[in-house]
Formats: sequence, C-alpha cells, structure tokens
Amino acid sequence: MMINDTILNIIITIIKIVVILSVAMLHVAFAVYFERKVIGHMQRRMGPMEVGPKGILQSFADVVKLFFKEDLVPASADKPLFYIAPIIGIAATMGSLSVVPFFNGFAIADIKVGLLFLFAMSSLGAYAVILAGWASNSKYSFLGGMRSSAQVISYEVSMGLSLVGVMIMAGSLNLNDIVAAQQNFSTKLYLIPQIIGFFVFVLSAMAETNRVPFDLPEAEQELVAGYFTEYSGMRFALFFLAEYIGMLVMSSVAVVCFLGGWGLPGFIYSMFNGSAIIISILEVLCFLIKLYACMFFYYWVRSTLPRYRYDQLMSLGWKILIPLSVFNILITGTIKMFVN
Amino acid sequence: MPKAEIDKDRFKKENLILNMGPHHPATHGVMRLLLELDGETIVKCTPYVGYLHRGVEKLAEDMTYLRALPLTDRLDYISSMTHNQGYCYAVETLLGVEIPTRAKFIRTMVCEMSRISSHLLWIATHALDIGAMTVFLYAFKEREFILEQFEALCGARLTVTYPRIGGVRNDVSQEFIDSVYDFTNYFPSKIDEYERLIDKNRIWFKRTRGIGVITADEAVSYGLTGAALRGSGVNYDIRKLFPYDAYDSVDFDVPIGTHGDVYDRYRCRMEELRQSTRIIRQCIERLPRGAIMAKDAPKVIMPPKKKVLTSMESMIHHFMVITKGPMDTPKGEVYVATEAPKGELGFYFISDGEGKPYRMRIRAPSFAHIAALPKLCEGGLIADVISNIGSIDIVLGECDR
Repeated sequence: MMINDTILNIIITIIKIVVILSVAMLHVAFAVYFERKVIGHMQRRMGPMEVGPKGILQSFADVVKLFFKEDLVPASADKPLFYIAPIIGIAATMGSLSVVPFFNGFAIADIKVGLLFLFAMSSLGAYAVILAGWASNSKYSFLGGMRSSAQVISYEVSMGLSLVGVMIMAGSLNLNDIVAAQQNFSTKLYLIPQIIGFFVFVLSAMAETNRVPFDLPEAEQELVAGYFTEYSGMRFALFFLAEYIGMLVMSSVAVVCFLGGWGLPGFIYSMFNGSAIIISILEVLCFLIKLYACMFFYYWVRSTLPRYRYDQLMSLGWKILIPLSVFNILITGTIKMFVN
Repeated sequence: MPKAEIDKDRFKKENLILNMGPHHPATHGVMRLLLELDGETIVKCTPYVGYLHRGVEKLAEDMTYLRALPLTDRLDYISSMTHNQGYCYAVETLLGVEIPTRAKFIRTMVCEMSRISSHLLWIATHALDIGAMTVFLYAFKEREFILEQFEALCGARLTVTYPRIGGVRNDVSQEFIDSVYDFTNYFPSKIDEYERLIDKNRIWFKRTRGIGVITADEAVSYGLTGAALRGSGVNYDIRKLFPYDAYDSVDFDVPIGTHGDVYDRYRCRMEELRQSTRIIRQCIERLPRGAIMAKDAPKVIMPPKKKVLTSMESMIHHFMVITKGPMDTPKGEVYVATEAPKGELGFYFISDGEGKPYRMRIRAPSFAHIAALPKLCEGGLIADVISNIGSIDIVLGECDR
C-alpha cells in the first residue's frame, strides 16, 4: 500500500505540473495579446484585430511564425553558452511557478521556504542574461548583458528586503500561510500596513523583469535589443516566454504577499459554506483577477512613462529603494514587538 | 617559487569602439556615429554623414529656376513648404520680383502649418527615443490632420511644391480656411495633452535637464540656429530680424531658453507650436483679397494659360521661361536666409545671366547641428547621445542634400 501511495503522489504531482505549465503557456499567449490591446487603446489605436475574432489568435500566429524562422547562430558565438542561456532563463522562471498557491492548499510544492525559493530562482535567472550577452560575441549584446545583469542583482536586494516586512507580519515563509495570515488580519490585506513595502516591491519587480521604466537593457533605440539581439526563432521565443512568465511570477508574489492572494471577502465563504469545489473555483478566479490587475498596471506604466538612464536606474535602486525597505523592516519589527 | 611576472602588454586597457551605424532605430535617417567608450562614458564621438547625398546642388545647375523647385521639397521632406518658400524667396530676390500680399499671407500660413507638422514629428520621435511611446501616436494624429489639409490644398501630403516663384500655385478654398481655423481652436488643448504626459515627469527631467548643455557663445561659434540656439538664450529669429513674406504683419513671440540643455530646447519648440498656431489664426483673419501670382514680371513668371493662348507676347514668354528659364536674369549673387523649423535655411545663388543658376548652395541647418553633436555628447553616457540627437532635430535629407 505504501508503494501505491508514493506512485499515486508522483502521478498527481505530474498532473499538477502539466496543468500549471499549460496554463502558464496559455497565460503568456493571452498576456501578450492583452498587452498589445491595452497599449494600443491607450495610444488611440486598436491593437491586433485581424487574426481571429478581435485578434485573439495573434499570439498563436506569432508562435507559429517564430517556430518556422531560420535558426541563426552567429559564426563567432560561443556555441554551448549560446544554446544554454535561454534554457537557464526559462527553467529558472518556470521553476518559480511550483510554489505559487492558486487556491487554498494548492501548490505543486508546498514547501516551508516558498518565498526564499522564489528569490533563489530569480537570482538564477540572472545567469541567463549574462550568458546570453557574453555568448553572442557582439558589442551591443555584451553591453546589454552587462547592464541587465547588474540591474537584476541590484534590485534583487531591495526586492528581498521589501518582502521581509510581510514575512515578519505573517510569521512564515510558506506562501499559503502568508495568505491565511492575511485572511485573519484586520484589514484582510497586507497592502495597508505594508504600503512602503508594496511600493518598493512593485518598483523592484519592474526592474527584475526588465520592464519600462527600467528597460534600458532592451531599449530598441539604444541597443537594438540588448542581450538577445542575436537570438532568432525559437530561442528568441524562449527569452520572450521567460520575460512574460517572470512578470507572471512577480505579479503572483505581489498578489500573494500584499493583495490577499486567493482570499475572498468573508460573506462569500458563508454563502457557499457547503461546497468546497465552488469555493476553490472562486478562489482561483479571485487570484486571477488580482493577477491581471497587476499585469494591467505593468502595461499602463509601460505605455506612459519614459525610461531611466542606466546610472539613474542604479542610483534609484541602491540609494533610494534599499534604505526605504530597511526603514520599512525597522518599523514593522518595532510595531510587532510592541503588539506582542 | 619564482614570482610570476605580469605581462603588461596582455593587460592593456583599450576604449571600446561602438558603431551606431547607418541602420539604427534612433538616428533619424542614415547617419553613422562612431563612439569611443570608456565604460559607458563617451570619450570621442565622430559623426559620418553623406549617406543620403543625392547631388541636389549639382542637379540644380542644369535646371531652370522653375524646374529646380521640386528638388527643394526633398531636402527637408518633413517640412517641405518652408524649404520651397526659402528657395522661392531667394529666387525672387535675385530676379527682383515682388509677390502680391495675398500670396504672402497664404505662404506664411502654410509655412507655419508646416512648422507645426515638423515640430510634431520632432516631439513624437524625441519622446519615443527616450521611452514615452504614447506621445508618438498622439502627435501623429494631429500631424495627420495637417497632411490631409495639404493634400486638399495642392494634392501632395509631404513633398508639396506649393509656393512658387512669384506667389503660390493655386488659391485656397473656403473649406480649407474653415478647417484650418477650427484646428487653431482645438490645437492648444492638444499641446496641453502632450505636455501633461511629459513636461513635469520626473523621469523626463532626469533624462533632459542638464544634458547636452551648450553655452550661448559656443552655440553661436558652432553655427547652431533655430530652437537649438534659442535654447541657449540667444535671441535670434530670422522672422523677427529680417522679416519676409507676411511676418512683419503678424504678432508673435519668440521663446528663449536659459540653460541651453535638452529640456530648454524642448520647451522652446513646444512654445513655438503655440506661437505658430497664433500666427496661423492671424493670417486667416487678415487674409486680403487679391492675386496669388505676381502679374508684373512677365519675363520671369509664367503667364496664365488664358493669355498664352490669345496673346503673342505671352506665348513667347511662356515658351522662353519654360525652355530657357527666366529671361534677362541679372548677373550677380544673392544669399537669403529664412527660418525653417530646424534652423536657419540659407540659399546662395550665383547667376551668370542665364535662366539656370550657375551655382546653388544650400545652407542646411542640420549640417551645422550634427557638427555640434560631438561637443554635446562627449563626457556623457550612451543614453544621452539619444537625447542629444533628438534635441538638435536633424533630418539627413537636408544635411546631405
């Protein structure tokens, strides 16, 4: 019976992985479509309209196109590193998906150190950038890779520090526990007491995923495309995928830690008290709505703001965000000491 | 263990040479910039131009003054009305032709519309280069209106060939006047919209304040003109100092900057948008009736078709003007400068009495501005090169001719 149990567990985990991965891929397809439509409408135009009704199938058409593109590898590129860089990128970001809780009690790997695991995976993602920049053997890519990796490791510090306030308040690193702690908290969201932490986290998340206003490493006008200039076809698609899944992971962390995760308002729990399935479905929906609100915010900022120059970006990270997050930790710790 | 000697030659430090090549999303045409970098700081910047050279000045030597007019459209293809106007004004000065008042007002009006169109394209690309992509689409919507009006007026959106030697090509319709007047009513609120997006934006300040500073003396010595010069505090606007067409009959202000950085040049051009709207309104309100082509210079300007078919002298004049160019052209040289949107546009003609110019020399503002680019860029970072190129407002068609 024990052997059957372990095999059953393994099968269930594999099914969970398959489901989450396919949902993540679909998410990227629709996140790209959503972005193009949102930014298009903000710029007084329509966005994709041709492929499929209202342009819904646009991302799928793009994937098919990228699939059939010629796989160009620069002659003087460092081939092993060139091949492995996008793989590291996508592996690191997808690995982070395993600890995100989509509804109560669900996570592919419900480990006790969920948040720490997320930080570790995003640090691994920095390798992809620097390897890609180096292996392309081109000055533009090299510059882009250098800039991007320095940016990523600087903002990782402030990202980690901004979440320490949440960890102190929840008393745990497990993401499910953090959401449950928010349910028991007076304002239901950690957003209100941790507003400074939220602010620092949002900015660091934008810098981690190389999005405007921190997208200098891939700014078209300056470096053509930065570290993935020399990548084409499916390899480029992998980087692209890694970027959008990175956005998904960062938005999930923001939703889980600050916006209440899958927690529904109290009256809904009392309404559907019997059926656990309906509650789970509602929790997933709630999570997704909050997630897409965060993604919308990403797109909104992209279509509005100019981009920072590189040294201003670094000084913002080191001189403003890190002191702010340390200040936040001090305040949270002091208050918690007095409350207990 | 013997101490290992460091081979000093192997650890030589070199500056990185980066080529922002002719093909580049941000260089506004085909211009090549060779940057020598120490880390991110630019040690040396060398611009290479000439990728768009088409031999306009040489071509004009073999064409009559009338035939050479469309060449000037293609110089600064973004604001072709002003270049046509500059050319026509120069030729009229050479030939001693006085144009009727109605033609002066119409020319002023369409040239100010062209200035607005050029500045809209400037703000669109400048903001896009710095990262604010929405301003691009907002500005192009207004520019689209202006181009449609040009098309209704003379059939062409971009390379118009509308101002002619002696006046303009055809009269403006009432519909045109009404829609342009409507435009001047709502356009200032659109300028407010663009300014709301970027004017007080902290990131915009950081990217443009204190970047690309050039003092007034340096600007004058480099030959900068137009908004690039006025941003440094020099009050030099040819429309005020040496007025031509109807500029002395309309009121407008000239915006002057103080710091000479990218932000002040940006503010100058945004303010010029408002002043141009003012000028257009006044031109429409004060538009006199009258002819649109000079009537008293038969040997120089082509006579109207009706007369050609009925009067013998007109037919002869028509024939001679078309084949040999203006008759009895005085010998001599003339240099005339006008205020194009990019700066001071100068035409220098040497005439030897024939109907074709012996030599036509175009003083293009973009050429001088690109020459000042090393001064603006050296000592800054790569990202500042983009801000600087945007702020000096170049177009390579004009620079390379």
